Parts: sequence; structure tokens; C-alpha cells
Amino acid sequence: MVLFVIFCPIIAAILIMAGAPARKTALIASILTLAATVSLLASLRGDQGDFQHVTSFTISPEWHLSFATGLDGLSLVMVFLAAIVTLAAVWFTGEIDRYENAFYACLLFISGGAIGAFASIDLFFFYAFHELALIPTFLLIGIWGSGNRIAAAWKITIYLAIGSFILLLGLILLFQSVPAASRSFDIRALKAAAGLGQISAEAQHHIYLLLLIGFGILISLFPFHTWAPEAYASAPAPAAMLHAGVLKKFGLYGLLRLAVPLLPEGARYWANLLVLLLLGNIIYVGLVTIAQKRLDWMLGYSSVMHMGYVFLGVASASVLGAIGAVVLIFAHGLSIALLFAIAGELRKRTDTLVFSELGGLGKVMPFAGLTFGLGAFAAIGLPGFANFAGEIMIFFGAFRNGWEMERFHTLQIATVLGLWGVVISAVYMLRAYRKVFMGALPERFHGLKRLIDLRSSLRLPITLLIAALLCYGFFPQSLVRMIIPTFRSTYFSANKSR
Amino acid sequence: MIIAPQLEIAVLVLGIAILLLEAFATKIDKRVFAFAAIAGLMVVLFATFFVTPTSSSDQATGFWSFYTADRLSIFFKQFALATTILVLIMMIDYAPVVQSSFPGRTPQAGLGEFFAVPIFTCAGLMYLVSAIDFIFIFVSLELVTISFYVLVSFTRRNPATLEAGVKYLVLSALSTGFFVYGITWLFGATGDTNLQRITVALTSPSIERGPALFGIVLVFVALGFKIAAVPFQIWVPDVYQGAPTPVTAYLSVGSKAAGFVVLLRVLQPFMMLSQIQRLLGLVALLTLIYGNLAALPQSNLKRLLAYSSIAHAGYLLIGVVCFDGRAVAFYLVAYLLMTLLSFAVLVIMAQQTGEEISDFDGLAKRSPFLAFAMLIGMISLAGVPFTAGFLGKFFIFYAAILQRQIALVVVGVITVGCGFYYYLKVVRAMYWQPAANTNKIPISGLSHLAITALILATIWLGVYPQPILDALKR
Repeated sequence: MVLFVIFCPIIAAILIMAGAPARKTALIASILTLAATVSLLASLRGDQGDFQHVTSFTISPEWHLSFATGLDGLSLVMVFLAAIVTLAAVWFTGEIDRYENAFYACLLFISGGAIGAFASIDLFFFYAFHELALIPTFLLIGIWGSGNRIAAAWKITIYLAIGSFILLLGLILLFQSVPAASRSFDIRALKAAAGLGQISAEAQHHIYLLLLIGFGILISLFPFHTWAPEAYASAPAPAAMLHAGVLKKFGLYGLLRLAVPLLPEGARYWANLLVLLLLGNIIYVGLVTIAQKRLDWMLGYSSVMHMGYVFLGVASASVLGAIGAVVLIFAHGLSIALLFAIAGELRKRTDTLVFSELGGLGKVMPFAGLTFGLGAFAAIGLPGFANFAGEIMIFFGAFRNGWEMERFHTLQIATVLGLWGVVISAVYMLRAYRKVFMGALPERFHGLKRLIDLRSSLRLPITLLIAALLCYGFFPQSLVRMIIPTFRSTYFSANKSR
Repeated sequence: MIIAPQLEIAVLVLGIAILLLEAFATKIDKRVFAFAAIAGLMVVLFATFFVTPTSSSDQATGFWSFYTADRLSIFFKQFALATTILVLIMMIDYAPVVQSSFPGRTPQAGLGEFFAVPIFTCAGLMYLVSAIDFIFIFVSLELVTISFYVLVSFTRRNPATLEAGVKYLVLSALSTGFFVYGITWLFGATGDTNLQRITVALTSPSIERGPALFGIVLVFVALGFKIAAVPFQIWVPDVYQGAPTPVTAYLSVGSKAAGFVVLLRVLQPFMMLSQIQRLLGLVALLTLIYGNLAALPQSNLKRLLAYSSIAHAGYLLIGVVCFDGRAVAFYLVAYLLMTLLSFAVLVIMAQQTGEEISDFDGLAKRSPFLAFAMLIGMISLAGVPFTAGFLGKFFIFYAAILQRQIALVVVGVITVGCGFYYYLKVVRAMYWQPAANTNKIPISGLSHLAITALILATIWLGVYPQPILDALKR
């Protein structure tokens, strides 16, 4: 079943390249993937912290390398997010004027790569699957992008390539830091070794820093974030949805899965650095977001900014903070995909996303206006949306962090400052909403035939995203229950060992 | 039962037979000889799998004590044979260009030799990887080099080719001089030319290390020319660009692989000397930086591949510094696949439009198959996972991190980033840019087959490297 979820998009992509009808195949594949994911959700035994549905093929016994896949609560949530956003993105891809097959194939490759990375137990494939998405992203932005697409495509590709090679160094070092007898790329084996304290503190410092920078570049951690807004502004909407919604979350998943549980000593050593950088994400990038004059750039920056909260959850190194981080990853993936989708539709109709040239669109496009508003509320973190559930858990978790220091420590200061981020995001989101949807319709849009509301067929994926946001906003417990076993075993064992 | 030296003799006999037949059979289509050569080499390639390797590399098996047939050498004999077969397939596609450069004579003039000379090069490469004595290394290296003199300037009416030929001739001759001079110093210091006995001699305290070290540095200079390491890389861009494209492919794969195998063998006695390791590390660093930075602004694909071959020499040298023979060998295999894949597409494209990167504009529309092949070649050269090129880099970096070669690793990662830029420039041209014309591009059946095989092998090794690792196991 897990293999099916991984390879369904990839095989569909290959079929499409071989000449199968693009849209139909892609839709069927993404629906099947989502259905299979839901059935996996139903069959997950929630009381176990271990990987379930494990399949494993040995690739190289000498390198302890095997193609091993499996899911626990954490990875299943990520796969679920990927499946939902994939379906929405594929659905949202309308008419493509050239190389239609290649467009869908690229989307599905990104999706398959992300799912594969989330479902891999083996570090090598965890890494490799993520890279599978690199070239499709380059092509998507380069061929079908808009604006300054060439610069954006180079920037994202080279940034991500260097980031992932730094990550690769970290992973190799992690592999080598374990005594030769128990060396393995298997996450479970590494976890066991880390549990026995076989990774020395000094090694942990080095590895954690490499992983933090490597993953950080992929997640657009301040100050490595400059690729993100440009790329998302230039990418075609479905690509931005998938990349910002799913692929970028790979780095966060990696931090939560590897860096913090395996290297608690390293995490503690670099905690202050991470706090400093994440405040850069929340405060500095937040202010930059306010200054944006275009909707697509603003959304790009806002997605960078919200990563700061997730980093706060990671840095908190507490069960509550980590769970909040996962919930926020999930919620942010849905909400940013929703916002990018609507922004893409607006661009098709108005040919511009500059705030000063827009206005009053709420009257001609009421559905788009309503749903964009809901997405903006979600992104701000208003109660009722899953984002709120995630953020509040992160803030509580960070304020009372797992290391249980008695004094008012840096994480608490960071929480206090981070809360201001909510205000900042309210400012830019509401401002954007006002400038785009409220007010008077500019002269040049009067009588423009293209300026119609979303077709009913496009309303379905939007409704799907909003329904998921609301559902998990009111019942975050159903997510939390799945994630808890993963982290409980991790953090309790880590705390006990000290 | 086949013994190893018979393989080379078979190849030499094949070469001589084709050359003789070619001289007398004037009427038939000369391409027949290429097919015959491919078939013959395939038989030899098949036969190599039935040769039992000797257990240790010191054990000489033929030609007095000059020749060994250990696993590494058998593996690289297969490597040389496979390269030659693929190059011959490219040469068949390239035949019209050769014919057009011999104007006013019979339409088939020159073709026969064009197909026959690579067989001798192949024999030279096969001897070279087995050589464990400096004298034998020298002789087989000359066999390779002299046949390349002929090949590089084969289409001699073209001024660029002529220039390439002269440059290659002069600089190769110079490097040969260095090589011989180095051998004399080594002989003078240790009293021997056999690698095994030199190793033993070096361990005895009565030997003066200085002259031996000087000798090996001179040998390294000579080999630096072959593998295109900085600062001995000056000839590479011009020669690669000017030589006939299949010959360029052969140079960049065959000649380089041979250079690295010899380097690994020759350095074995000297690796315990930290000076040598430091020197190699410095050369690797310079090669990485120069190759990658100089490749950035290139607009001619053949020249780009020349600089990329310098860059890859840098990654390979990291493996040599860490003295990880398997990582180097695996990287060479990956390099063979991806480089020959790119050149195979280039040979076809160069006859249609040209060798500039802009000539690839819109290739995805004109020939999706060729564009996809080039895409795989380029992303493998850049080092994207699920391709052989990535695993090659993976093993190299693994070895470097294990030995804590921090500087090399840091520079390596940054230059990988550069690589993504210049390799993806080609991808950009093929997929983003509109095509100047939309004619379909014809591909011969044999090339189609070879390119498909190369694509599959590149991806296969990127996912399942174990067969090669097993073949390299000591």
C-alpha cells in the first residue's frame, strides 16, 4: 500500500511522458493516491510509535543500504498533506498551452518525490526522493513561469542543489559517526544507536549544524530564504502550491525526524542560533512581507515567514511544540496552497498582481473573494482553522520547553517576540485582502469578459482544502493522536537519558 | 580456459585484420569494417567474463613480470572495451563528416583507418590497466597516445582539427618526456622499475627518499596531462573542441580512465608519504575550482564538456587523495555512461545544427527522445540522485568525509552548485527555448539502441550500484 502511494504518481508521470492523456491520467493517479492514503490513515494503529507497513529491499548489504519504506503517524500526516495538495494542484491545472504532458509529468514527479521522501525509512532514499523534485521544479518555473522566470529558476535550483549537498554531507557524517558495527542508513537503526548514546556530543554538534543549514536552505530559513519568494512568484500556480505546500516541508520533516531526536545534544548546543534565525524569519521577513507591492511576492514571503513558527516548535524540543509544528506544517501546506491557487487564477484574469492596479474584485468574483479571505484568516492563525491549533501548541510548547530550565530563557523571549508575528501577518494579509477584493473596481477592468468567478469545477479542490483546514481546526485531536506516539518515545527517551 | 593476455592479443589481431582487409577491399562499404570491429570487440568483451583474476595485484601473469590480471585490471579491460564499442557506434554516425573532409578522392577514403585505429587504442588501454612495471606502463601509454595523435587530427582539412592535432602532439610529447625522466629518477633511487619491488625498496631505511619523491612527482606531472588536472589542463579545451566528436568522447573517457588507473597503481608505493597526499590534495582543489568556474561562461557544448571533464578530474582526484580505488572506479564508470551519452547525442545533433548550446534550442520539440537522453546525461553529470553520477559523487564525498578532508569537501560542494548551473544551461536550451526549425531529427537504429542502453544503465546504476561494487571487490 505504501509502495502504491509512492509509485502511483511516478508511474503516472512516466505514462504521461509516454503519451497517455495527460489530465485524465494525472487526475486518476492523484485521486487513487489520496484514496490509498486515506485507507492507510484508517488502518494506522495509533498506539505504536514504530513504523508500520514496512517493506524493504536490500540494495547493498555492504553499505547497509536498502530501499525501505514505512509509515508512522508523523510521516503519514505528511503523506496525507502531499496527497491532498497534489490532487488540488493537478485539478487546478487548467489548459496548458505548450508541452501539456510534460507539465503534468513534472507535477506528478514532484508529488511522488515528496511522498517517497516522507515514506522512506532509509536515509539514502529519503534524500534521493526529495531530489527527484529538483529538476521538475526547474522545468516548471523555466518553461511555464511568468515574470523573471529565468533568474528565479536558476536561483531556486542552485540554492536547493547546494542545500541538499550540504545535507548529504550531514547525513554521511551521521552515518559515519556511529560505530562501524552498527552503521546503517536505516532511521530505526540510527535511532537505536542514538538511544544507546553512540553518537558523541562533539559529532552531534557538527552534524546538527550541517543538517540545520542543509535543511534550513530547503525550508528557506533566514538568511537562506531569498530563493523562495522569487521562485513562488514566478512559478505557475500548481507548481507553487506543490512546492510551498509540500516539498518545502521536507526540510522540517527532516529536522523533526532526524536532527532533533537523533542529535539532542547538538540541538541544545545550537538552540540559541536557531532561535536567532527563526526570529529573523518571523520578525524581519514579516516586516519585509508588509512592504511587498505584489500579491504573489507577498504570499511567497509570508510562506517564508510562517516557517519561523514551525522552527520555533522544532527548537522547543518538547512533545507539545513538536506536535504543534507538525499540525502547523499540515495546516500551512493547505492554506498556502489555497492562497497560491487563487492568486494564480487572479493572474490569469487580470494579468497583474500588483496591489495598486487591483481592487474591487470581490464584487465580480465573490467565491474567490470568500475563499481567499478564509485562506488569509487561516494563514493569520485565527481560531477555527488548523493553523491556530498548530500555532498555539507551538507557543505553549516553546514557552514551557522540554529542557525545563527554571529561569526565563531565550525560548520564552522568542515566544514573546514570535507572538508579534501573528499581528504582522494580520497586517499584511488583511491589507492584501482589502487592496485586491475591496474598494472600487479599476476602470480598465470594467466589462472585461475574462473577469468571471471561478468555474464550478475549480471550486471543488478549493472546497477540499478549506474543508480540511476547518475540519482539523475544530478537531486537531485526530491529527495529534496520530503524531503523539512518534514523539513521545523520542523525547521521553531523550530526556530520560540525561 | 582463457588467460588474460590472450584478450589483448585478440584485439590486436582484430585491428590488424581490419586494417589489412580495408587496404585490399576497395569496393565494399567501409562501414562494414566498423560493424565487424564492434562485433569482434563484443566477443572479446564477452570473453573477459571468463577470465579468472589473480588474487593479488603483485602476481605477474604474463610478459615476464610486467603484466597482472587482478580484478581491477579485468574490470578496466571491460571498461575499455565497452568504451571503444560505444565510440565506434558514434563513429559510424560521424562517417559523413569524415568523408566530407577528404574532398576530391574516392568517397570512402580514410574511413577504414578511422574505424581501425580505435581498436589499437583499445589494446593499448587494456595493456595499460594491467601494467605493473614502469617500462610496460610507458610502452602501452605510448601505444594509446600515438593512436590518439592520428585520431585527433583525422579530419585534417579542418583548421581547428589541425590546431588540435598539433597541440595534442606537442604537449603529449612533452608529458612523455616528463614521464621518462621521472622513471629514470625512480630507477636511480630505487634500482628498479617494478612497482612491487619499488614499494619494498622504499621501506628500507638505506634508500634516499628525496630523489624517489622527485621522480614520482615528475611521473605525476606526466599523468596530470592525461587526466587533465590543473595546471596541466591547458591543452584540453582546444583539443576537445577541435578533434572529431567521437574522438573527443574517446579522449575524455578512455584516456582519462587509463590515466587514473595508472595513477592509482603508481602512487600505491608513495601514499604513505604525506607530502604526496598534500600535493594531490592541492591539485584536486585547483582542478575542481578551475574546471567548474571556467565551464560557467561556455556557450559551445563541446568546449563545455571539455571543461566539465576537467571538473570531473577534480572529483576523481578527491578519490585518489583518499586513496579509495573503488570510489574512483565507480565514478569512472558513471562518468563513462553519462559522458558517452552526452557525446552520442552531440554527434547526432552536430550534423543537424551545430555544436553551440544555442543549436539545441527547442530540441524537446524536434526530438523528444534525444532531448530526454541529453537531460539524463546532464543531470547525471550534475549529480542528481537516481542517476549514476550522483552515486559516484556520493562515494567520493563519503571517502573524503571519512578522511576528514574538509577543504576538499567544502570546495566540492560549492563546485557542485556551479555544475548545476552550466549543465542545466543545456537543459534550458532544449526545453525552454523555442526551436528555430521544427524538422524531425533522424536517428540510426544502432545509435537509438546505444543511447537507450546508456540511459537505462545510467538510471540503473543510480538505483542499484551493487553489481559494479561487487565487480570491484578485492
